[in-house]
Amino acid sequence: MKPSDGRTSLPRAERGGRSDCTRRQFLAGVVGWVAFQSVSLTVSQSDTLPGAGPTGKLGDPRRAGRPLEPVTARDNLAAIQAIEKRLKCTCGCNLDIYTCRTTDFTCSVSPALHQQVLARYEAGQSGEQIIAAFVAEHGPAILMAPPRRGFNLVAYFLPSVVVVIAGVLLTLALRRWTRLAGDRPAVAPAAGPPASPAELERLRHELERIDA
Amino acid sequence: MTLLGGSALWLALLLGVWGAIAGFAGGRTGRPDLQRSARHAVFAMCAALLTAVFSLEWALFHHDFNVEYVAAYTSRNLPTFYIWSALYAGQRGSLLFWATVLTIFGSLAQLLTAGRHRVYLPYVAAVTTVVAGFFVCVMLFAANPFDRLPYTPLDGRGMNPQLQNPGMVFHPPMLYLGYISITIPFAFAMAALLSKRLDADWLVAIRKWTLLSWLFLSVGICLGMWWAYVELGWGGYWAWDPVENASLLPWLTMTAFLHSVMIQEKRGMLKKWNLALIIGSWLLSILGTFITRSGVISSVHSFTQSGVGYFFLAFLVIAGVTSFTLYAKRLPLLEAETRLESMVSREASFLFNNLLFVGIAFSVLFGTLFPILSEAVRGTKVTVGPPFFNLVNIPLGLALLLLTGIGPLIAWRRASLPNLRRQFAVPSTAFGFTLLMLLVVGVRDIGALLAIACGGFVAGTIAQEFWRGTTARHRQYGESWPLALARLVGRNRRRYGGYIVHAGIVMLFFAFAGMAFKTETEATLRPGESATIKSPYGWTYTFTHLGISQYDALNRLVTAGTVEVRRDGKRLGLLTTEKRQHVDALGRSTFEPSTEVGIRSDLREDLYVVLGGVVNGSEQAVYRFTINPLVWWVWYGGMVVALGGLVVMWPGGGVPAVKRAQAGYMVKLVGKT
Repeated sequence: MKPSDGRTSLPRAERGGRSDCTRRQFLAGVVGWVAFQSVSLTVSQSDTLPGAGPTGKLGDPRRAGRPLEPVTARDNLAAIQAIEKRLKCTCGCNLDIYTCRTTDFTCSVSPALHQQVLARYEAGQSGEQIIAAFVAEHGPAILMAPPRRGFNLVAYFLPSVVVVIAGVLLTLALRRWTRLAGDRPAVAPAAGPPASPAELERLRHELERIDA
Repeated sequence: MTLLGGSALWLALLLGVWGAIAGFAGGRTGRPDLQRSARHAVFAMCAALLTAVFSLEWALFHHDFNVEYVAAYTSRNLPTFYIWSALYAGQRGSLLFWATVLTIFGSLAQLLTAGRHRVYLPYVAAVTTVVAGFFVCVMLFAANPFDRLPYTPLDGRGMNPQLQNPGMVFHPPMLYLGYISITIPFAFAMAALLSKRLDADWLVAIRKWTLLSWLFLSVGICLGMWWAYVELGWGGYWAWDPVENASLLPWLTMTAFLHSVMIQEKRGMLKKWNLALIIGSWLLSILGTFITRSGVISSVHSFTQSGVGYFFLAFLVIAGVTSFTLYAKRLPLLEAETRLESMVSREASFLFNNLLFVGIAFSVLFGTLFPILSEAVRGTKVTVGPPFFNLVNIPLGLALLLLTGIGPLIAWRRASLPNLRRQFAVPSTAFGFTLLMLLVVGVRDIGALLAIACGGFVAGTIAQEFWRGTTARHRQYGESWPLALARLVGRNRRRYGGYIVHAGIVMLFFAFAGMAFKTETEATLRPGESATIKSPYGWTYTFTHLGISQYDALNRLVTAGTVEVRRDGKRLGLLTTEKRQHVDALGRSTFEPSTEVGIRSDLREDLYVVLGGVVNGSEQAVYRFTINPLVWWVWYGGMVVALGGLVVMWPGGGVPAVKRAQAGYMVKLVGKT
């Protein structure tokens, strides 16, 4: 009988709990670990490959806000953007649909309105028809600016008309004032400072120097 | 401490009532004891309100969540930086802030007003205490910041994430300081009307106050634009929101006043107009508060709305009727002392400038209130948004910009044709050259073309003024060019400070023109994928999504998306944009996730990246990429405007306003000699 070294034959508990393995088991473990790491590495590396493989999952997706649908080419159409910038989101944010859906990502109203715009656009409706349909459904408050007709024309033209009329009146008043200034002396102040003509002449020069 | 704060408010109210009685009676009877008492009432009211502020800050910093206001606007994990600003993060605190600052300004007016202007002070004390007393009344009867809850929550709700931005620490107080400080010129105007001392003296007394108020409003508006740009994430800085408009209105009328007051100082004209502008500016500041507080008009600033708006409406109506009735009674005392001599004079150009300022203010006010009018008249709800305001105001704004360049070219009193030819040559050439260059490089947007070309005209005017002044000093005194320039500005601060402000305005218009070329796109990207976007300058930007990371910060859980940016293949760097889920100290979510924008800014354009969110809880991210041309010029234009305002305000230098005012009358005498 081959003499024992008195170590390998001891029960595991007596060897201080250290695991016992053969060289083969050790090699198998190393190969397994390397293989596992390679797979893990492959998964994480796939994130940086353009468009290839699955993307990594977030630890806590709720932190990133409401889950979103991927953007498609039609979402970015200039025609769609132009229509949506004329229509107001009804969530109470005071923004247009496009700005709301691309800014307030917690809003669920603007994405729904966007889908309605897309559906109508794909059904062949023109921009004006889509806007008319929204106005028919939600009233004129859906428009970011009041339609240019009826009472709303007051909003568009009154400020400019007021400025123009005031400008004309101001011009007429200025002409009158300048005529009057030539015709009659201005109201004299209560008391003027006593000064000789020479001093006044000096003052005139000084004032002209200040103005220059 | 809240007991102390509440008591201090009641004491402030009593002092306000006494200050008003003593001030009006002291001013009317001339009794020195009453006048002294009114003055002391202002100081005491200020001390009482400062005590209330201290009490509220104490509660905020000690997390006394039994106080409703503390629980509503702070949490245990709110950074200290923002705990201080919680004072004005909510309705009730901002009312306290407003009243306190008003009494500080009122006290300063009492302390700093010297010489013969002191005759106005009893009335100034009375008006200041009436206005501050109104704010204290609103707090005590409708919005008390010291109200307690029937229970004590473990933690507060925290501050709205959009307010947790350095811009919001400075933007609201700056705007408030602007609004509040208008009360002092208004108080002097009322004092002049009540005391019937309506010569140029009251204007001299308020000169620094009007400039200060204008400066605060300008800085506050610019900071608000910056905050909206970096925090709200919609890719712009001005949305014609009712609350933004409310801040613009008094700024426009104050700017008009700063121009027209020169005519009264120099020529003794426009007395009625200047008084009306000051009263109007103050009423507009109260109207702005009403719009902000009432929610009567839909606004993005909904976090400030409550029922106190109707207190402001009542106050606005009473104050408006009282002040304009008094104004109407004094009209016979407000006759001009000289007359306009020529249609082609600086006075006339200032009148048209005033017309445009007030016209734009009317247009903005009318547009802001039109939804109410439409509903009242037609029963139809309408929205008045940016497309409307841009359409109506851009032509008026361009005309005003052009006048900014024309005004300084025309001489006071009367301009001759050769003089006009000489003055207009350089600016007109600058206008033509700029327009031509823009057309050559392919700019076809009419608004942008005119804005930049008119900006060229104004820049030509400013450059000519500086060049002529510096050259004259260099020749006359043999000073070196830099010294001549420095002394030119230093010794004529009002004039050249004004030109610096005009230069800032040109920069702002240049920036506004850039928004005509804004480009944006949305893209969903997996890590490694790229989106490209063409800049108005012809460059191609490539944004490559590198990945999403998540980590915890002090009071928020962050999801950050990082993109690599390349311009025509050349790497520019990384941009990170975040989603923030704010939590309280117990880890509970407090608000909806907010967005932090990634911005890369240079002279030509901003790259503006927003992380919209993720798809299926993965690293596949939805981004919005925006290219905003010339935004840099907004911030630096704003700084130049503020710098110009500071130069104008800086003490010393130039001819004092009072001497100028007297000299104005002398000119008239000289003319008649």
